[in-house]
Amino acid sequence: MDRVGIEERAALLAKRSIKTSAKQQGIRLAVSMTDLTTLEGADTAGKVRNMCAKAVCPSPTTPEIPSCAAVCVYPSLIGIVRESLDGTGVKAAAVATAFPSGQASLDVKLRDVEEAVAAGAEEIDMVISREAFLSGDDTRVMEEIVRVREACGDAHLKVILETSELGSYDHVRHASMLAMEAGADFIKTSTGKSTAGATPGVTLVMLEAIRDYAERSGRAVGMKAAGGVSNSKAALHRLVLVKETLGDEWLTPERFRLGASSLLNDLLMQYEKTQTGHYARPEDFSRE
Amino acid sequence: MSTQETRTRIVWDYAPAPESPEHVRLRDSYGLFIDGDFRAPLDGTMVPSINPASEETLAEVAFAGEEDLRRAVDAARAAQPGWAALSGLERGKYLFRIARLIQERARELAIVESMDGGKPIRESRDVDVPLAAAHFFHYAGWADKLSYGVAGRDVAPHGVAAQIVPWNFPLLMAAWKLAPALACGNTAVLKPAETTPLTALFLAEICQEAELPPGVVQVVPGDGSAGAALVRQPGIDKVAFTGSTGVGKDIQAALAGRGIPLTLELGGKSANVIFEDAALDQAVEGIVNGIFFNQGHVCCAGSRLLIQESVADVVIGKLWERMGRLRVGDPLDKNTDVGAINSREQLTRIQELVSAGEEEGAVRRSVACELPERGWWFAPTIFTEVAPAHRIAVEEIFGPVVSVLTFRTQAEAIQKANNSAYGLAAGIWTDKGAKAFEVASALQAGVVWQNTYNHFDPTAAFGGYKESGFGREGGPAGLRAYLKVS
Repeated sequence: MDRVGIEERAALLAKRSIKTSAKQQGIRLAVSMTDLTTLEGADTAGKVRNMCAKAVCPSPTTPEIPSCAAVCVYPSLIGIVRESLDGTGVKAAAVATAFPSGQASLDVKLRDVEEAVAAGAEEIDMVISREAFLSGDDTRVMEEIVRVREACGDAHLKVILETSELGSYDHVRHASMLAMEAGADFIKTSTGKSTAGATPGVTLVMLEAIRDYAERSGRAVGMKAAGGVSNSKAALHRLVLVKETLGDEWLTPERFRLGASSLLNDLLMQYEKTQTGHYARPEDFSRE
Repeated sequence: MSTQETRTRIVWDYAPAPESPEHVRLRDSYGLFIDGDFRAPLDGTMVPSINPASEETLAEVAFAGEEDLRRAVDAARAAQPGWAALSGLERGKYLFRIARLIQERARELAIVESMDGGKPIRESRDVDVPLAAAHFFHYAGWADKLSYGVAGRDVAPHGVAAQIVPWNFPLLMAAWKLAPALACGNTAVLKPAETTPLTALFLAEICQEAELPPGVVQVVPGDGSAGAALVRQPGIDKVAFTGSTGVGKDIQAALAGRGIPLTLELGGKSANVIFEDAALDQAVEGIVNGIFFNQGHVCCAGSRLLIQESVADVVIGKLWERMGRLRVGDPLDKNTDVGAINSREQLTRIQELVSAGEEEGAVRRSVACELPERGWWFAPTIFTEVAPAHRIAVEEIFGPVVSVLTFRTQAEAIQKANNSAYGLAAGIWTDKGAKAFEVASALQAGVVWQNTYNHFDPTAAFGGYKESGFGREGGPAGLRAYLKVS
């Protein structure tokens, strides 16, 4: 991996001009890929129910805006999410495995996953053990993923690498490969709780790893860019990276997700601007 | 009500995003820029300048005849003592002014460059025009420090510089030539290329706006015969030429015995060397940038791709996949990666060499992209199983065509890279620092890029070995060509 080259390529793709119909379609696509997320200590059943309603129907006045892909919460609230989303097609996702630090025993992590799945989680976002990765113990990193994979049952597994803690693009690629070899359905950049999230460079490196792994193994792994993608421009830039690295087959919520909380309203605001020609007020959109 | 169904139907393509040429102040016709003004030709002719993407005429341009050239050289002669007598600080002020005006008219210049030459607006906007301004800024700074650029010795300008530039970077090459010449106290007669005179004429307008003293810069468009006549003018003191090796040799013959210093920046068949320990995905980007930048109309294009055999299949696979994602088409579309071929003549030459490659037994693959009906286009192409003796491994194609050769060891890589009549540039891709330096010092090439390609900077010297020419442009080294050092 060459840092300069990676960042140049990512920056070049930020220059793609996405206007008019491309902007509208891109925004709709981004909404459909959003994992609407709340991961606060102060989350309550009430807040989560409101968020589920928003995920199902982000903009009642613009019916062409699709539902989000999923709602992502802590395991304690996953039952509420599942209940609220029942029959809507929007998935219930839970973070687990001692999120966000992952500093717990494997047993505790597995219990965390099992409980979340039992309570209705259809998707599990786990964190890798950065402690094991950075001390060079690839075996333990993989073994944990394999065990969590088993504990997930039918639930989809997204493996969070927490790239900002890994220190280099080489590490990001290596961790991506470990996670995919160990059975991840998705690889995900970040918890959203660390210093940096899905930077363009990191996103590009992970997409390239997915491409190379798919070519080698024949298995298509998805990607979730989470953290720092907080406006439409950034979201569209990530979609450009996907389109020009993996191609159109990856431009679906089954293969690409955006993990975000504040992004959705900016997408809605920008979409409305493409319709009306001017920006609406922030208070015209519900917060959750 | 929004449902899962709405979501699965979403397909996403980039909509056309053309840069609008509306506000470009393009005149219907341009005279010759001589002695501070645009003048009707004395014995020249009016010739249309064609948009290669549409085959439409953009403007009528005066091509200089013999009398016109004499008049241009006379004007430069007359203005030279006064220009040289200005303090370096004062000359620098004019150059700074030109640089700023290029920035002010950047958008217009970029659009005209793309319309006249066929290059993607992304490149003219982000590379050609900003670099042209940067060259004027750089040499503006040197104007009052000339002796510091030549180890403290005494310096004097040559006098009148005859400068001939090619069609691949019309504005940028004009800047490369004019900025150092003017900074050093020379005056100039610039002949832009026959197919792309417009941005040089815009630059002439900018010289007027900057109130550059009349006669310091002449811009006299014309074809090859005008270039040949210009270097044979008796009143010139210095010749600088960028273009083909054939014309370069003719110029050198014309100057023989006249004591006129010459710099030549000619063709190339530059080697881009990919070692097995390189960051391969970034190397693929470098290969793409090396050969498809400006449709491969780049004298230092990485047109001979040398890949270590152990990774050749992987790299070629990745490269072919990447080539499929290149967006070929309207040069004015902001999402276009590869634009139009500069002229019908150049397209014919590319086709001829590509056919030769096929006949000689190399394996050709061209991207199956849709090409516009009007205009001149060539799909990005890769040749594999190329032998060093094939014409496509030896001759400059000057188009979006890369020839792939393989090597086994570092020594073989160096031997193959140097096995060329040319020596303009090279690229080395490896993660090993020691290897990079070792190979770089063994390569006979004026520029060696490590883990990148086609990066240009006004502070860095550019020029060739062997049949790629002599003399350097850019940085302090570029001052030498325009100074008598004593």
